[in-house]
Amino acid sequence: MVENLQRMYGSGVNALTHLGQNYMEVDRTLIPEILQVLRDEEQFDYCVDVTAVHYPKREKQFDVLWILYSFARNERMRVKTQIADGETLPSSVPLWATCNWLEREVYDMFGIKFDGHPDMKRILLPDGWKGFPLRKDYGILQQDHEWVQINLGIESGQ
Amino acid sequence: MTDPKTLTPLDLDTPDKTFLDANELVINMGPQHPATHGVLRVILRLDGEKVLGLECVIGYLHRGVEKIAENRTYTMFNPYVDRMDYVAAVSNGLGYCEAVEKLLSVEAPPRAQYIRVILTELNRIASHQLWLGTHALDIGAITPLFYTFRDREEILKIFEKYCGARLTTHAFRIGGLQYEAYEGFEQDVKNFVSFVKPKIDEYEELLTTNRIWLERTRGVGVISGKDCIALGVTGPVLRASGVKWDVRKALPYANYGNFDFEIPTGQNGDTYDRYLVRMVEMRQSLRIIEQAVAGIPEGPIMAKVPKVMKPPVGEVYHSIEAPKGELGYFIVSDGSTQPYRVRVRPPSFVNLQALDLMCRGQLVADVIAVIGTLDIVLGEVDR
Repeated sequence: MVENLQRMYGSGVNALTHLGQNYMEVDRTLIPEILQVLRDEEQFDYCVDVTAVHYPKREKQFDVLWILYSFARNERMRVKTQIADGETLPSSVPLWATCNWLEREVYDMFGIKFDGHPDMKRILLPDGWKGFPLRKDYGILQQDHEWVQINLGIESGQ
Repeated sequence: MTDPKTLTPLDLDTPDKTFLDANELVINMGPQHPATHGVLRVILRLDGEKVLGLECVIGYLHRGVEKIAENRTYTMFNPYVDRMDYVAAVSNGLGYCEAVEKLLSVEAPPRAQYIRVILTELNRIASHQLWLGTHALDIGAITPLFYTFRDREEILKIFEKYCGARLTTHAFRIGGLQYEAYEGFEQDVKNFVSFVKPKIDEYEELLTTNRIWLERTRGVGVISGKDCIALGVTGPVLRASGVKWDVRKALPYANYGNFDFEIPTGQNGDTYDRYLVRMVEMRQSLRIIEQAVAGIPEGPIMAKVPKVMKPPVGEVYHSIEAPKGELGYFIVSDGSTQPYRVRVRPPSFVNLQALDLMCRGQLVADVIAVIGTLDIVLGEVDR
């Protein structure tokens, strides 16, 4: 399967294995296509998770991951891509309906927007919260003081 | 009669044209509600009593567990994990410890794995007992609540004797167990198994062929297997819709390959099937516990892990079959003592997405039944 993909997409797809788990590093430009191919041809019909990791010192700061599973092949696959701060990704909601809330959470925690998402807004934090907590430059005790003071009427949550 | 809004005469022979014609009613089932299993806010769009659509607003219990993980060492983070799915805390610990053990490339010794399996399956029964009690309570059957909580008490007594805590147990350590099974552990577990088997029969007798239960749960909250897969729903909900899949059988962990058990499935994907699937799961858990107790090997309970844990750089995703569904941990290590990123893939969060689809066209009372049957725990949804 990997050979097929590498033949088709050349150096944009890089398949590796770590600790017995397979994952692919894919160029940002190939993302909607690769995910579509994985779902339709390689039968990865279950999107387990969509998540991101922030590496502030890198040029392309965010690693966005899709963890996919195929019932037919009983196989798990991770698809990784790197994007820079401010870039957006196409939404996978047309491919897997489960990505709706998963992508909203990635937006809420990291600020990565997904184009074409039906309802791109915060999910866990209150609407109107400023800042994206899981980024590395957001301190652990930091809060949106303005939101807390206006909405809760207290000096600080601490 | 005249229409008060437009002051034109009303045509009472064709009832659709009266001023009682329903507009869409938007009602808030607020975060404080006796039947939403926690702080869950559901905004319902109703046409009379029928649900046209709903939207869940979550985040009332968001505690930033993933952010905290980046500031604690691997062992320090272990107790935090229990607080997510606080109803069934032992499974959370199992998933996390196994994920970190994968990163460290160690495996817990067989004795530890058998005891882990026993505790995890007891935890599954405890979780399903709580589910049964609260689900029946939401639907109106008040009696099972007290009896299932009594059975849950017996399990919590075993947990307390083992690790000192009833609810947020912190039972496992990375690399194995800290506490040896106490004197009389096996006898206690055997007693519990023989105690609870007739009780599960009692609950089935009370509910399974009960006319009111059947009316309230048959055909309610139907979701097809295909929709479940597309929405990423796992656990008993997926199995009741006909897809025979369980992480314990598909991608075995913690020696589950050694045990002989079956995976129940349903046909219709409605609330009644989910109830039946969970009842059978409880019995299968008892079966696993019996096999495990009969065969606990002797040996060490802790593998050789360094005191200061610095896993090599890398990422790992490991998932287990929690009582609610597939609970996954994605851990990124950068070689230091603190994880770089811990992502928890919560089954309740993903299952709750399906609520909208499952409640279309049902009545408001069915929404309560469906929330109960999805078996969500807000601690896990919000983390």
